[in-house]
Amino acid sequence: MAASDPAGRRQTAGLKKALSSPTLRYLLRRLSQAVLVMLLVIVGSFVLIKLSPGDLVDALAGTRDLTADQMADLRSRYGLDQSVVIQLLHYMLRLVSLDLGYSPLNSAPVLDVLEERWPVTAILVISSVTLSMAIGTLLGVVAARHAGKPVDLGISVLMLILYATPSFIIAVLLMLVFALKLRWMPIAGYETVGAGYTGFQHLWDVVVHLTLPCAALCTFFIAIYGRIGRAAMLEVLSLDFIRTARGKGLSERRVIYVHALRNALLPLVTMAGLQVSSLVGGAVLVETVFGLPGLGRTAFDAVFQRDTNLLLGVVFISSLSVVIVNLLIDLLYVLLDPRVNLK
Amino acid sequence: MSKSNSMTLNRRSFLAGVSASALLPSALTFGTSAAAETVKMGGILHTTMWPTPTYLNAAITTAGTEAFLSPKMFDGLLGYDYGMKPKGSLAREWNVSEDGQRITFKLRDDVKWHDGEPFTAKDVAFTFMEVLKVFHGRGKTTFAALSAVETPDDHTAVFVLDKPSPAMMRALDSRESPILPAHIYEGTDIMANPANVKPIGTGPFKLAAYEIGANVVMEKNPDYWDEGYPRLDRMVVQFIADGSTRAAMLESGEVDAIFFNMIPAQDILRIAAEPGFVMEKRGFETMLSSQQMDFNLDHPILAKKEVRHAIAHAIDTKWITDNIWYGLGKPGKTPLHAGQTPFFTTEGVPAYPLDLEKANALLDEAGYPRKNGGMRFSLMLDPSPWGTESINASSYVREQLRQIGIAVTVRTQDFALFVKTVYTDRKHDLALYTAAMGVDPTIGVQRFYDSHSFKPGVGFSNGAHYDNPKVDALLEAAATEVDEAKRIEDYAEFQRIAMEDLPVLKITDIEMATIAADYVKDFTVDAIGAAGSLKQLWLDQ
Repeated sequence: MAASDPAGRRQTAGLKKALSSPTLRYLLRRLSQAVLVMLLVIVGSFVLIKLSPGDLVDALAGTRDLTADQMADLRSRYGLDQSVVIQLLHYMLRLVSLDLGYSPLNSAPVLDVLEERWPVTAILVISSVTLSMAIGTLLGVVAARHAGKPVDLGISVLMLILYATPSFIIAVLLMLVFALKLRWMPIAGYETVGAGYTGFQHLWDVVVHLTLPCAALCTFFIAIYGRIGRAAMLEVLSLDFIRTARGKGLSERRVIYVHALRNALLPLVTMAGLQVSSLVGGAVLVETVFGLPGLGRTAFDAVFQRDTNLLLGVVFISSLSVVIVNLLIDLLYVLLDPRVNLK
Repeated sequence: MSKSNSMTLNRRSFLAGVSASALLPSALTFGTSAAAETVKMGGILHTTMWPTPTYLNAAITTAGTEAFLSPKMFDGLLGYDYGMKPKGSLAREWNVSEDGQRITFKLRDDVKWHDGEPFTAKDVAFTFMEVLKVFHGRGKTTFAALSAVETPDDHTAVFVLDKPSPAMMRALDSRESPILPAHIYEGTDIMANPANVKPIGTGPFKLAAYEIGANVVMEKNPDYWDEGYPRLDRMVVQFIADGSTRAAMLESGEVDAIFFNMIPAQDILRIAAEPGFVMEKRGFETMLSSQQMDFNLDHPILAKKEVRHAIAHAIDTKWITDNIWYGLGKPGKTPLHAGQTPFFTTEGVPAYPLDLEKANALLDEAGYPRKNGGMRFSLMLDPSPWGTESINASSYVREQLRQIGIAVTVRTQDFALFVKTVYTDRKHDLALYTAAMGVDPTIGVQRFYDSHSFKPGVGFSNGAHYDNPKVDALLEAAATEVDEAKRIEDYAEFQRIAMEDLPVLKITDIEMATIAADYVKDFTVDAIGAAGSLKQLWLDQ
């Protein structure tokens, strides 16, 4: 078809050219790696949860006074009476058609559960990554500018405290002070349930609910960004091009924030990738303290109730987002530093 | 049938036709309104539950959150006043034949399902025969004797029993036996029916919104058959995983009441002491539960009665009740829960007061002298991780048994693993857990002692592997005895023998409490309490 059609031929040629572009080749290679990584993660999680003794029905039986034949019925209903290999094969076959299966714990398809749960985690992750990176970087820059002076010392001590305090303790402290004593913030949940807010009112409601959890998730990473930022800035500030910039009469502000910071950003961006990976599904403690129905909490329950499909669903969606974020960060490197080549 | 009018199980006449709306206001107790107060209509009640529900329908599960949510949207045939006195709900009148084998329920004819279809006797027959007897965890036991439900007309349901079942009459409320719509469920895969999470009931509240894992919002059913109810406009239930967070929500006013002991005992007592809150211990007559410890009788040492007696003498159940349950309970005395009146008795029942000297002597006599290092033998103790109380009690037990020369290892695992270790693999020596004792000893207690209930693989069955034909006979007789006086005597004898044989050591009969802001009124008006519809609850604000 294409051979007899000049336009079609042109298109094919265009596609070939596009495919041969190094960036695209790079993307394709990364994506195929990603698929492999996700496969390994899913099979690994599957084997791990199946290795832990006791199954979903054991977990359900205790709280439901199930009889032996009711247990047998549930096992066959959820395919738990088949061998682990067959169960894994069935799961992978379904996964090919993007069917994440059914969550017996929630009486709903896993996809439906994740659809309701992931926005909570997404908002939390995006806001805390942005906030902690902004605040941490700023603190790092200020500390580097005043290296060795009292301001630097103060910031370093503060960062050490933030670094050393576990986020769930900060979560409880924040809740005690701002929610229970001062009553400025709500204690739990991500919205006022049943209030029927819409539009801006709803947005504000969510912001108010997520402020404390977001703050609790930020603290540790503020310290990390601060320390990395300070070290990177100190290194860059000692380089020749900074002396040149100062020498040609640029304002100190311009030198710091445009010339130095842009060069110090690379390690910070790398850190952001790591932070996203650790927060997606890893914010269990903060989600528990603030009663947030996020992905971390969902995974936690899935493990304890042996809801394999649900756990694998969470693993799937979190590894997918981690892969995507890391890809985006690689692309960001190119934007930030023209010397970086995607190969 | 013809001469059975007003003949009842306990030989007293039931107040047939007592309507649920004719409840007497209980003026003498806090937590419920004084008669003089004017009822206010409307408002939203906020509360919290955990864990997240699997269904919104308690006919196919006995889990706690479902047991709270479902009765708001479904009705039962009966309700129960304090003391488990039956009162009408979907059934307007009922009577039990003299032989106890035919129970006739006259049903209300003014009830509609949430989708507008009329409620009929067909729904009742379908629910009991096709759902409760098959899929409900306790239903199989409770309704074992129920062989058919006849429906002579649309508003009469006749229960036909193989043998009398006095326990059954105590299990007909909306929590234990909610009536489902036959027109929605009939001919479908009941466990997979979408209505399990989108309930269509006859109850005072309808489902407004359900966000999986996050919350349930219920709204007033404007066509509810009991005029003037419910008093609330809405009820919002949030699923919050952490007990301290739930307590903080109550203190900050984010929720108005916490039902079903959803916060730790020390928080209940602390908040109850603050101004603006009330605590109510009544309304849990159908939710009695106890903490107890199974001795695995297949273990050669534990098979000896003297050893079990020695262990009982080393454990101060009052200490556990006071310190681990913060006094919200009574030290265990017999297999029955102290609230299981009129069957509970301590008369002639052996007791095992704390006496380390005697315990040591018993172990010496049993042939287990202290060896080098002072220990006699060692045991594995598996606590249930449901709540923290069984794990904490296990630490105490370990310390106490060390003092009589028994080295105890506490093996703490997650819940699924606990069930598998104890009930499937039977790798435990001692198992310490909390369990429901049921609305009747037949339903809740019998399973731990009846030799037929030794079923490896089944959670919370006869984990001790106790087998005493005399006990089997007594339990069997009590389960079908129509004469209440004889039933009381059967259970008294059972309690004496079981406490002498001691396959299970009862530790604490747990008392539950509701804690609410003081503007929440009438949340507990009968034996069912918050496990009922809460249609009478109102907010004084």
